[in-house]
Amino acid sequence: MNLKVNGKPAAIDGKDTLNITKLLAELKVETPEYVTVELNGEVLERENFENTLLKDGDEVEFLYFMGGGS
Amino acid sequence: MFTEEQIERYSRHIILKEVGGKGQQKLLDGKVMIIGAGGLGSPIALYLAAAGVGTIGIADADLVELSNLQRQIAHQTKDIGEPKVLSARAKMEAMNPDVRVNTYHAWINAGNIRDIIDEYDFVIDGTDNFAAKFLINDACVLAGKPYSHGGIRHFVGQTLTFIPGQSACYRCIFPTPPPKDAIPTCSQAGVLGVLPGVIGMLQATEALKYLLGMGELLAGRLLVYDALAMTFRTVQVRRNPHCPICGENPTITKLKDELEALNVCDLDKK
Repeated sequence: MNLKVNGKPAAIDGKDTLNITKLLAELKVETPEYVTVELNGEVLERENFENTLLKDGDEVEFLYFMGGGS
Repeated sequence: MFTEEQIERYSRHIILKEVGGKGQQKLLDGKVMIIGAGGLGSPIALYLAAAGVGTIGIADADLVELSNLQRQIAHQTKDIGEPKVLSARAKMEAMNPDVRVNTYHAWINAGNIRDIIDEYDFVIDGTDNFAAKFLINDACVLAGKPYSHGGIRHFVGQTLTFIPGQSACYRCIFPTPPPKDAIPTCSQAGVLGVLPGVIGMLQATEALKYLLGMGELLAGRLLVYDALAMTFRTVQVRRNPHCPICGENPTITKLKDELEALNVCDLDKK
């Protein structure tokens, strides 16, 4: 399946079975429990990560907490 | 009316046809509050002072430490042990005597932030912890005040501009702070010294554009800068109808401190 992840093309296995939780694991996203996921421009509720299936052409953005500033 | 000295000092602004004398006057009449006088706050304070923003507030309870000087360019070796707000004010006033600098030698909290931001047109988050970042967001959303969010870590930084009633706020993207120490901030995480300079100057640019009323603000777009890849990306962020403070059914209707988000290193400073 061909996705766009953080602006880059990404080919990931798992047609009809790939949900957000699995994608986070597949891509080894750091601190997955705190990442915000945007799917096609909409922020996903965390409780919907499991039941949101990805499809060809989906655009996914991972947004990370950045707490520094000093 | 400008003095001759002002006409010369601001000549590179005034000759920009998009700014001109009128724009420079807007800057001189402008009031910007900078929360945090550290890595982000230093370049913001210096550039806004240089640009002739007439009233600049700066809040921070910290004292200058040797380990700050790798990146906090408003402070110098001789300033170690001084309150950061006084050290920063001295550099700003030396750079531009036109600027009135108001210092707040305090940590912001739910009890004082409203008064601190009240008189300003635009607020800039230059803080180093989630408790403060969420508090600034909440205070600005509830007060209807535009502000610039900035955050940095290691080699990556991000910034977003919030325009009340129009664009996504910080909680639209991050509804609640991460638990204490889940995400390294301040002293736990290293940072490339130039990184807060890049992000801070982007934030200062947004403040100037807001005061001048020109250009496209970074509203509804989160800009992510990766110093190693040397990429700037902007990610569209829409207002979130489930946002706990600016969504359709807000659960946050008054200010509170996010005590759970305080890091150990923040508590040490209290």
